[in-house]
Amino acid sequence: MATDPVTNSARTEVLRRIRAAKGGIATAETANAEWSAIDRTYRRQATRSREAILELLIDRLQDYDARVLESIHVNVRTAAAGMLKDRKANRMVIPAGLPAEWLPDGVQFVVDEHLPAMELDHVDGVMTAATLAIAETGTVLLQNVPGQGRRAATLVPDYHLCIVRAEDVVETVPEAFARLHPTARLATTFVSGPSATADIEMTRIKGVHGPRFLDVILVR
Amino acid sequence: MILLWSATIVPDASCVGEIYSLLNFVLERSISAEAGLRVALFITCYNDTLFPDTGKAVVRVLERLGHTVEFPAGQTCCGQMHYNTGYQAEAMPLLQRFVAQFKAAEAVVVPSSSCVAMMRDHYPKMAAEIGDKQLIADVEELLPKVFEFSEFLTRRLGLTDVGAHYPHRVTYHASCHGLRNLGLGDGPVKLLRAVHGIDLVELQGLEQCCGFGGTFAVKNADVSAAMLADKMTAVLATGAEACTACDNSCLMHIQGALHRQNTGVKTLHLAEILAGEEGVAK
Amino acid sequence: MSGTALDPKTAPTFPMAAKTALGDTQLRKNVRHATDVIQAKRARVVAEMPDWQDLRESGKQIRQHTMENLDFYLEEFEANCTRAGGVVHWARDAEEARRIVVDLVKASGSDEVIKIKSMTTEEIQLNSALEAAGIHPFETDLAELIIQLGQDRPSHIVVPALHKNRHEIREIFRQKMNLPDLGDQPHDLADAARVFLREKFLRVKTGVSGANFLIAETGGVCIVESEGNGRMCLTLPETLIAVAGIDKVIPRYQDLEVLLQLLPRSATGERMNPYTSIWTGVDPADGPRTFHVVLMDNARTEILADKEARQTLNCIRCAACQNACPVYRQTGGHAYGSVYAGPIGAILTPQLQEMHHAQSLPYASSLCGACYEVCPVKINIPEVLIHLRNKVVKQNTSGVAGFFDVEASAMKAMAMIFRSERRFRAAQRMGRIAESPIAGRDGWIRWLPGMLGGWTQVRDLQEMPKETFRDWWERRGKNGN
Repeated sequence: MATDPVTNSARTEVLRRIRAAKGGIATAETANAEWSAIDRTYRRQATRSREAILELLIDRLQDYDARVLESIHVNVRTAAAGMLKDRKANRMVIPAGLPAEWLPDGVQFVVDEHLPAMELDHVDGVMTAATLAIAETGTVLLQNVPGQGRRAATLVPDYHLCIVRAEDVVETVPEAFARLHPTARLATTFVSGPSATADIEMTRIKGVHGPRFLDVILVR
Repeated sequence: MILLWSATIVPDASCVGEIYSLLNFVLERSISAEAGLRVALFITCYNDTLFPDTGKAVVRVLERLGHTVEFPAGQTCCGQMHYNTGYQAEAMPLLQRFVAQFKAAEAVVVPSSSCVAMMRDHYPKMAAEIGDKQLIADVEELLPKVFEFSEFLTRRLGLTDVGAHYPHRVTYHASCHGLRNLGLGDGPVKLLRAVHGIDLVELQGLEQCCGFGGTFAVKNADVSAAMLADKMTAVLATGAEACTACDNSCLMHIQGALHRQNTGVKTLHLAEILAGEEGVAK
Repeated sequence: MSGTALDPKTAPTFPMAAKTALGDTQLRKNVRHATDVIQAKRARVVAEMPDWQDLRESGKQIRQHTMENLDFYLEEFEANCTRAGGVVHWARDAEEARRIVVDLVKASGSDEVIKIKSMTTEEIQLNSALEAAGIHPFETDLAELIIQLGQDRPSHIVVPALHKNRHEIREIFRQKMNLPDLGDQPHDLADAARVFLREKFLRVKTGVSGANFLIAETGGVCIVESEGNGRMCLTLPETLIAVAGIDKVIPRYQDLEVLLQLLPRSATGERMNPYTSIWTGVDPADGPRTFHVVLMDNARTEILADKEARQTLNCIRCAACQNACPVYRQTGGHAYGSVYAGPIGAILTPQLQEMHHAQSLPYASSLCGACYEVCPVKINIPEVLIHLRNKVVKQNTSGVAGFFDVEASAMKAMAMIFRSERRFRAAQRMGRIAESPIAGRDGWIRWLPGMLGGWTQVRDLQEMPKETFRDWWERRGKNGN
């Protein structure tokens, strides 16, 4: 089933070469059986306590120079108000579906309805929820769903305020993938620290592109 | 007797080490499970021709430990140089020769980790390619009996102190095949530490390749020289009188530069240090 | 404009190129520093992982399994990607891939493209083809930007401008970005790049990328990056074209849980790289409206057909082997004459050339095995190097030309000697005779003729001992000791 009829002959030829090289045609049955037989003895479950996992996430995020605030005794709105004030952020873009009760007064919130890239470039920052976070690697994971929105909106602004719920924090990468499997086709972005480059004499520099400033509110 | 003797010594710090290694020496001798083995020596083509002293040292150590050494006279070469340079076909008969010469041995000792790596990594595959069922079976039976010299002592015999005396400052280079293919680990260093009188200094970057690599030293002489320069710097920084290793191939290469630059530092195979009886009252 | 491309067809042999590289002090210093840093970082984050060896084993099995079922997984990827709105193209070789991409860019109505770093596009020299068609490619990865502005070539798979230090980079930026007062601190340079590129990200309509992984189960594509330029190129343009070797496909989404642990730790010594993007086909509300994938063979099926070398395709392009290689660490990447350098380059490059070129590369190794030790998917690179040396020898010794091959004759002669004890002993005696004219009075040889002269350039050689071991053993037997 060629998707591009123009390269149909190339497709036929490449597949022919592959089959000649292997000595046979691979089928779904054998592929699935063999795939299921792959050894997976690596860690696939959490080994730390819930408390330790959350502490680990905070530690890793801070290692990437992200600021983290745990909202235990304050609600998200209050926590957000403080962080936005510190960052001097007055105009923030938000995705559709972000809970209204999270939004503090005194800040202008623009809902992202296909804002042109140039406009995204001129806001003070973006505020979203998150799908999950991985403690071991300090990763916050975003998908294109209500409350998180499309990818460009969390990319172009220079500041990202992200609200992560404690129950969405996992310890390991395999646990994250287990949770993500039902939504595997969604546009997904793994964010592990503000953008960096190691290309100038191997010095890790923050902020070539993408948000240079990341704040996380961890909701208990 | 030993305990009585040690009790008469004033127990200050410098004596504790002496007492400990003496006790160790006695204990290891008595718990060594194997004595009186018949050990076949595979000297290797280049040791036979260029480093006979290494072979003599192996013989001395093994006889001192109470074993009998045999030397199958028809032995020549394991085929590594040919195989690694791309002449696999020419290496096949050499595998067959090795098996024929050594299959009757109780144990085979080889003072060259790259040759043992050649056998372990490639002989089974080569035998399968030749397709001779008997040969395949012979290789499978023979290989577990083949040991690099230092691993024969530490793993087969379970020893670290072999009664050696070598009162000099020495540094150890970990040959790549011994380190990575044979997984010798800290076996050689343990043997060295147990040498009486030795001043063992750790070599910075001991796991870095010296740059010999067989025909690499000639085909890529410039890069080989650059790698050797780094190794030289590290050796000279230890202030050692001698650099040692489990492979004379590395040592020949390192010695070549140490001598060219008139450093006065020499190289010698681990076996020659372990055979050392310098300073022992006869 | 790109600099002269690294072309295995025309590159000098490794020994010759290495000699030049070894004379470049700045290069050697930069390469040494960079590889020291990455190796140390990698060692630290790998030491944290109690299941690192388990991950390596699974990584190896996943990749091996993929190659054994490559046709199935490519078709599955194509079906799922198409279903999600992507358009899949197939290319037999580099030329076909270039043509497809150029046509697609033209069809997108843009005469500029923004590019994410892609070794695959370097391999096929895509930028030259685009420029020849009047299309200007803007590299957006900082290292690739440095390479492009400096009219240079990449020297490392993950950190292509590793051979440049900040002063050299500042000079390039000062001139090409017209910033005469540019500072030389790393953050000055990064800021300059940010401003220079942001304008392009927000404006250019067509993007070209490679792909780290193509996910068969979902039809999705995964891109692993550090700077955010990837995210820019993947989400802002209207048209996106991804070029990928057929070896980039992986069976299932879940397999990423292994590969995304192995890759960042091996490549840059980080627990996770800053940004990883996964998307499937086209989403009208998020990202490009048109998405194309070009699946390219370009001799990968030849590698697949060689059972002993097939594991070459398992590579996930982490470059840990380059950082560990004592040869690469002396010469840097350009000496290999290919965008794929170091240990993986030594096995991949000649095979992509179907062994017609780059024959010196399998010999650009002392077989120390450091690469195999660090390879996250356990490619036994030394084994493949030896196998390719065999292929080179077979090629060189076939036919009439083989008859005159000096090395082969010498090797055959030595093999005959080793096959007989009598001949061996005779050769030992002959050696002593032959060397006596060139041995000094102190017993050392300081000069050897011909090919062997490489030894005595920097090393002395002790003359052969008067008595071989077996002579001594025989004498000992006769004396009853």
